[in-house]
Parts: sequence; C-alpha cells; structure tokens
Amino acid sequence: MSQAEETETVREDGVIESVSGPVVTATDLDARMNDVVYVGDEGLMGEVIEIEGNLTTIQVYEETSGVGPGEPVENTGEPLSVDLGPGMLDSIYDGVQRPLDVLESKMGTAFLDRGVDAPGIDMEKTWEFTPTVSEGDDVEPGDIIGEVPETESITHKVMVPPDYEGGEVTSIEAGNFTVEETVATLDSGEEITMHQEWPVRQARPAAEKETPTVPLQSGQRVQDGLFPIAKGGTAAIPGPFGSGKTVTQHQLAKWSDADIVVYVGCGERGNEMTEVIEDFPELEDPMTGKPLMSRTCLIANTSNMPVAARESCIYTGITIAEYFRDMGYDVALMADSTSRWAEAMREISSRLEEMPGEEGYPAYLAAALSEFYERAGLFQNINGTQGSVSVIGAVSPPGGDFSEPVTQNTLRIVKTFWALDADLAERRHFPSINWNESYSLYRQQLDPWFRENVAEDFPEVRQWGIDVLDEEDELQEIVQLVGKDALPEDQQLTLEVARYIREAWLQQNAFHDVDTYCEPKKTYRMLKAIKTFNDEAFEALDAGVPVDEIVDVDAVPRLNRMGTAEEWNEFIDELEDDLKEQIRELY
Amino acid sequence: MKEYQTITEISGPLVFAEVDEPVGYDEIVEIETQEGETLRGQVLESSEGIVSIQVFEGTGGIDRNASVRFLGETMKMPVTEDLLGRVLDGSGNPIDGGPEIVPDERRDIVGAAINPYSREYPEEFIQTGVSAIDGMNTLVRGQKLPIFSGSGLPHNDLSLQIARQATVPEEEGEGEEGSEFAVIFGAMGITQEEANEFMADFERTGALERSVVFMNLADDPAVERTVTPRLALTTAEYLAFEKGYHVLVILTDITNYCEALREIGAAREEVPGRRGYPGYMYTDLAQLYERAGRIKGREGSVTQIPILTMPGDDDTHPIPDLTGYITEGQIVMDRDLNSQGIEPPINVLPSLSRLMDDGIGEGLTRADHADVSDQMYAAYAEGEDLRDLVNIVGREALSERDNKYLDFADRFEEEFVQQGYETNRSIDETLELGWDLLSMLPKEELNRVDEDLIAEHYREDEGEQVEATAD
Repeated sequence: MSQAEETETVREDGVIESVSGPVVTATDLDARMNDVVYVGDEGLMGEVIEIEGNLTTIQVYEETSGVGPGEPVENTGEPLSVDLGPGMLDSIYDGVQRPLDVLESKMGTAFLDRGVDAPGIDMEKTWEFTPTVSEGDDVEPGDIIGEVPETESITHKVMVPPDYEGGEVTSIEAGNFTVEETVATLDSGEEITMHQEWPVRQARPAAEKETPTVPLQSGQRVQDGLFPIAKGGTAAIPGPFGSGKTVTQHQLAKWSDADIVVYVGCGERGNEMTEVIEDFPELEDPMTGKPLMSRTCLIANTSNMPVAARESCIYTGITIAEYFRDMGYDVALMADSTSRWAEAMREISSRLEEMPGEEGYPAYLAAALSEFYERAGLFQNINGTQGSVSVIGAVSPPGGDFSEPVTQNTLRIVKTFWALDADLAERRHFPSINWNESYSLYRQQLDPWFRENVAEDFPEVRQWGIDVLDEEDELQEIVQLVGKDALPEDQQLTLEVARYIREAWLQQNAFHDVDTYCEPKKTYRMLKAIKTFNDEAFEALDAGVPVDEIVDVDAVPRLNRMGTAEEWNEFIDELEDDLKEQIRELY
Repeated sequence: MKEYQTITEISGPLVFAEVDEPVGYDEIVEIETQEGETLRGQVLESSEGIVSIQVFEGTGGIDRNASVRFLGETMKMPVTEDLLGRVLDGSGNPIDGGPEIVPDERRDIVGAAINPYSREYPEEFIQTGVSAIDGMNTLVRGQKLPIFSGSGLPHNDLSLQIARQATVPEEEGEGEEGSEFAVIFGAMGITQEEANEFMADFERTGALERSVVFMNLADDPAVERTVTPRLALTTAEYLAFEKGYHVLVILTDITNYCEALREIGAAREEVPGRRGYPGYMYTDLAQLYERAGRIKGREGSVTQIPILTMPGDDDTHPIPDLTGYITEGQIVMDRDLNSQGIEPPINVLPSLSRLMDDGIGEGLTRADHADVSDQMYAAYAEGEDLRDLVNIVGREALSERDNKYLDFADRFEEEFVQQGYETNRSIDETLELGWDLLSMLPKEELNRVDEDLIAEHYREDEGEQVEATAD
C-alpha cells in the first residue's frame, strides 16, 4: 500500500510469533498474500509473503533488531503500491518509494532510522493543472484529461486511472491544485485527482505490444555503432567487479535519448548513488539542454539498506516507468544490479527454508526475471498514445563467470548483450564491452532507421568494422606464436587498422567533456575515417609502399584525437583530406 | 531482567533456551556457568517460547544448569574520545591495563545505514606515499579500498606503511595535520605474532596515541570475530561524525571473519550458498563496508582498508568476489612480484580505485595525473603481454617498438612499484617518476595523454638515451 492515505479497510491484527532477521512470522493475522503490514511497536513496514494455516510470514523492509514475539502486527489490507503523480521526477527514493530527502529531515539524522513513513509524492505542493478535455467529453480508463508542467523538460499528463470505469466529464477546471484535490468528476460518480496508486507487482495495462524500430541512442560508440538497443528493448550488462558496469549504466542514464530515465540502484554502493545525486543536477541533457535531473527519477537501495526493500525496489522502479510510458513517453530503466535483486530473493527464500534451486537461488528465479523484463517494450497504450520502456539490467556474476544462474536466465530473455571484460578493463580499455562476445538482436530491425537518419551505408561500414575486428582476432593467435613481424605486409596493415578501430573508435573516455557523448553521426564518421585510412593504405601497399612508411604518415595518429575533437565535422573533413594526400604522396 | 535456567540444547556456538516472555531479536544475553564465569551472546532467532543464542566466547563450560539473563537491549559499544591510545579485546574490554573507560555514549553496534541523500561524495585525495597506490589507484577520504592478498604476502607491512604515511597534502601547509587523524585497527583472528608486529610498529612510530586497537586473536573464540569489526566501526563513526576525526579503519583479516560467519551458519543448519558460506554474506559484508564515507555538514570521515587473504590466491572465491562488488576498488598483492623482491608487491593491473577519477586532477593532485596513470596502465599491460611472446620467440624476433614496451614493463616494476616500506614519496615525485618512464616510449605512442601535457612534461633526451642503451 502507499503511505499516502490512511486506509479504511483495516483487517484483523495479529501478534508476532518469531523473528529471524528480515523474516517475521505472526499468528492470528487476517491477511491476503502481498498485503502490506506494520510490524511491532515501532510500526516497521513489511509485506505478507506466505500464509500457512494461522501462521503468516512477513518480510520486513526495515531492520528488525530488538523486535520480539508478542508485539502487534497491523494489517493495511492493501498490496505494496507506489504513489504516482507529479513530483516524482527530480526525486530520490528508497526501495519502497520513501523519498530520502524527506526521510532525512523527518528523522533529523544522516542515518536511516526505523518506523518513519513518508508519501512518495508531496501531498501539500500545488501544481498548475490545465485540462485537455472539456465538460461533456467522454473519457475512458487511461485517457489523458489534463497537463501539469512537472519539471523544465517534462509535462506531466494527468490520466484517468486504468482501474476506473470512465464516463462523461461533468466538471473539470484549470487552476492550482494539490495532488489530492479533485480536478475532474465523471458522471459515473468517479472523482479524478492527480494522484494514483498502483500495486508494484502488477504490470499497468496496455493495448498492444509492438515491434520496436527506433534505437535508443546511447551516445556511446560501441553501443550505437555495434550493439544498438531499441526503444522498448531489453539489454543486459554482465561483468565481473571493476569492469565498468556502473559507469556504463551512468553513461546511459546521462546521455541516452529517452524522455525519462528511472535509475534503480539496487544493493549497490552508497557513494555511487551520491555521485549520481551530485552529478546529475549539474549535467545538461544533450537533447534539450535542460538539467538531466529534471527527467530522472532515482531509486537508491544501497547494499546495507534492508534486504527486503532491495527485493521490492526493482518493482517500484518499473511501475514508475510504466506510468510515464502511459503518458506517451519513451522511458529507460537502468537496474544496477539485478544480481543483488536475485540475491535478495535468495536470502528471503532461504530464511523461509524453501527448497533451493540452482546455487541456492529459489526455483522461481527464472520466472521472476522474465516477468520483470517482459514489462519492457514498445506499447500502444490504452489511451491511444505510444510509449516505451527500455530495460537495461546490470548483472554481477560471482567471479565473473557468465554460466551462473542469474546471467544465464537473463540472457534467455534479453535481446542485447553487452559483455564486459575484465581483461579490457585491466588495460583501461573503456567502455570494456567485449566486441567478440556481445551481440544485439535489434540490428536488423533498426537498420532502416540508421540508413535514413545517420548514413545510407551505415550498416555496411559497421559490417566492415566487425570484419576487421574478427580478422584481427584470428591474426592475434598467430602473432602470439610467431610475432608480428613474421606476418605478411597486408596482414600487418590490417592489425594496424584494427588497432585504430579499437583505440580510436571503440574506446571512449567517459570523463572527457567532449568524448563522453558521441552522437550517432559522429560515431559513423569516425569509423568511416578509419575506413578511409584503410582504403588509402591498402592502395599504397598495392603500389609497393612498405607498411612502416604508411603508418608513419603524420596524419595517421590524429585518428586517435577524433573522439575528443570539439568541431568534429571539420576535424574529420580535414583529417580525411590529409590522410588521402599524405598517403598518396608516398607513391 | 529475568533469569532462566532453561537451556535445552547446546550445539557449537549456539545455545537454545526456553523463555516465558518475549525476547527481542539481536538482544544481548549473559550466560553464567556454574563455575561463575559470565559469557555473552546475542539472540539469533526469537520465537514464542524459545530463543536461539549465539555465544561470543564459545559454549565451553556451559551446561543445562547455566543461567541465562536477557539484558533487554541490543549490543552497544561505549564510545568516548578517550578510547584513543587504548588496546581492547575483540569484545571491547580493555586489555592494556589502563584505567576503566568512562563512556560518553553507548552506541548500537549494528549501526544504521547512512542515507544516500545525506552522503557527501568522497573526492579528497589521501597521499599514502606509495606510488602504486597514489599514482595508479588513488585512495580518497571516505573510500573503502581493500587489500587483496594471499597467505605469506606482506600485506601487514603495506597496511602499516599506509597507516604511518597517510596524509592529505593541503593540510600540511596549514600545520594542523595529525591532530585530527585517527587510526582504528580491528584484528580478527590474527596470530599473536602478527599482533605483536602491529603493536611494535604502532609503539615505535608513536601511532598508538591516535589509535584504537581491537584484538581478536587466532585462539580467541571465532564467534567474537563477528562483533569485533562492528565495535571498531561504531567507534570510527563516533570519532568521525561526532568528534570530527578523519578515521582510517584497518580491518584484518576479513577471511577469518567470513569463516566465522560460515561456522555460525552451519551450526544453525542454514541452507548454504557458494562454498558453504551463508547466502546473506553479501548483505552482511555490505553492512561493514558501507560504513565508510562522508556525511554532508560533518567534519570527519571514515576510510576503510580491509585486508583479506584470498584462499588459493583465487579472486573468484566468494570472499574476495563479494568484497570486490561492494568496495570501491581493490589493491592486489602479487606472489610473483613478491618473489622478485618488489616492495610492496602490488600488481597494478587487477588493482583499481573507483573513486580515483574524482579525487585527482588539477587542484587536487596534478593536471596530468589521470593521463599519466592511464598511459602507464596501457603501456604496462602491453609490456606484460609481450613477455609471454618473448618466452616463445625471444627478444630479437620482436620489433623495436615491442622491445621498448618490454623495457618499460621492467622499469615500471623495478623503479615505480618498487620503493620499500620506509620510503614516502610525494605525489609530485610519483608523477615525475611516471614521466621518466613514459619518456622511454616514442611520443606518438602516448595516445592517452593530452598533447599539451606531453609538450610540458615529456623528457626529450630521455627517449634517445634509452634507445641508445637498448641498441
């Protein structure tokens, strides 16, 4: 349930029977599965996860130290829900949608106390509501009835809740309202406010799921260039620790061209979330020029926060994402990391003494993962708009071993796979996405978009790049045995070209002001410039010029500076001319 | 406070007792044996009528007639500034013969999570005087940076060196450095000999007076090890966030801590996770490591250097693996470098400091720091690769360029990483040394360094000299 309103349907309360970490059992509690309950004298928030006879098992979202048998358990009679409405963007929540800034001032300390509640959205604040329908219009569930300017870059659409009946609008007016005040009434007697609630474990309804054809531009060369993800697509980023999962996720949250970004820090480091909180307000969205924070909603449940809230934070995030999708926005959800979520399930499951599946994970792990990823997609909404939720999940496989259950079950569902490689990370090749192991199944359906919007020959140039990298991979095996100088000249040249693809194109410096974001056109032109070098060099080679002389040409190392060049169009124009001129001078 | 003589079962470190009134989860229990010895424990599971208790000192001497007292509160650490200079055992009792500790406050040792919103992002460079750390894997205030080591490697020497040398450069100028710096040392299951080594060094350098030492030795009860780091961190948080100290917490050895967790898990007949360690070990470790950091509006900071010995030098073992996912990087000790006599034997390639990028650069360390470090990483990695090749084809078969990288890798180990445990290098010295080495390579190869910086720092003659000697 949400903290927004006191519920009227209080059912019979129970008494604690036993406490073991986050798992509490209670007797005499009249509850349904997944009902939210308040546990103990301090009123700690929990959720019913098992009912057996008179015994109810509850997972508690807060620390249970000092709680003992005999204390009361109060049932709210409602499932775990989120508060939806204006005020979610620019916010930072814990795993059960309590705003962390409000918690700080309510608790009066920098440490997270227990038993403090706060609604997910500010109930006092007034918003300027402008109707988009008039009295007498018929509205159906999901329909947009008005707009609220929520942040600089996002207009919030006020919708008829999907579980309403709908009907004719009997009154609606413009003005300043709090989220709980009625902005419209229907002839069915239903009153519409700007505030909705939705149970997190249930997907919001949509009319139809469609095949995505537009890429989610990431501003990262290796992703846009080689392994694109579609708007409404799913991707997994597995990698051992230190391989750059979090930086990759942050880069996507910063530079991807989604309208809304929901960033879920699930069981990760506190300092990383702080970095996001401090950085994002200062960064500009490259599309709109507005602060990035005004399109971002953060959910931070760090590794030392209660484990049950870690299990729920993923659902909180995706429900918020779906709500914005219903308004017709393209939403990107980053979950860092889904392994921590799976481990939270494992921890709870083992406390329940359930029969374990593979590596101690519960047998329903695969089902839970696919249920979550299936909530992504490009949707025809019930109100006729089109919106998408793209889900990008980081995976932290123990020991970097991709054969473990979370990685394997994730790979069965997602269509883009960005494999992070500890080896590349060790030599500071970032982003350390391994080009041989990664894949994207969206390439074909996105190619028409790339041809139309970036360059007619984009897929061909990309394929050329892939071929060169493949060839390098094979040649490296020989080089390992006999050394580079033993190779024929043309193969030596291929290795040189591949090196530039790796170092000048695939590598991208997330901490460089210019290089951190690379639009698809620049991505294309940079690769094309390397291809120009390749073509010119091979012609020179055919004309009898030795490899050493070709790669020694002044202009060649300048390929490495393309990424950081501010006026990249001019820089690449000039570079291509110089390459042609200087190499042709050799023969 | 009620007393019971109702023990029904004793198993490993666990005691089960029947109760007729509710007992809180995590509460502290005192058990008095018939010999009059008092043992302390903690409630692990509390049900109507029966509780399971984990006894810190081990269950030896307890029989079914022992009496059990529930203190009605969770475990607390008495904290005060006077703790500085004191040596305590693994349960927090003084063992240095000093006066009784009069606490200012008694704090819950579990500690609440810091609200991520209230944290301040760590970006103050700590100079450790160790080039492989300062130059390549910079430590910042509020970071948790473990040392991944192995049995028989000199991780203790390195951690002592860091404890001795760590400073924040700007403060030296203001002349107030030292007064607000404190070291908390939490030892879990280390040998008496190692403990002596630490204590001797603390006394020799006078570091003890700004330290608090918690000692759980190898022959102390294993279960106590699960409490020791929490006592240490509770003290650290108090000194940092109430008294404004910059606290460096050294925890050694985390591997022993995890063994203790496993022991308790097994005694409780829990479903084991990987290699028999409990499934909640990630959460448990996170509750230790995440207690590092800075808080907005507070003066002090907690920086953690946990030390762990990787069983079989295997970094995919659950202990280093879970640690690596929580901490902000790692410093990896290498057996080969150690046998070559490199001191400290830090292998920079698998080492990492995640907070480095924000703690270095102009105004913090030096403008060229990031580029120099990046380039050295790339060059050393390339040199390392080539070493395999040399074994097969010999040096003569390699190109001149490859030979330069090989020389670079050798000198990097022998001059940059090698420095001895008594040498304290400033960040300027470290970076200049870096440029000495980078200048062995032709300018064109320095593709990760900004052109202006190359012009400023590259040693033109150095390159030729080396070339001359290489021929």
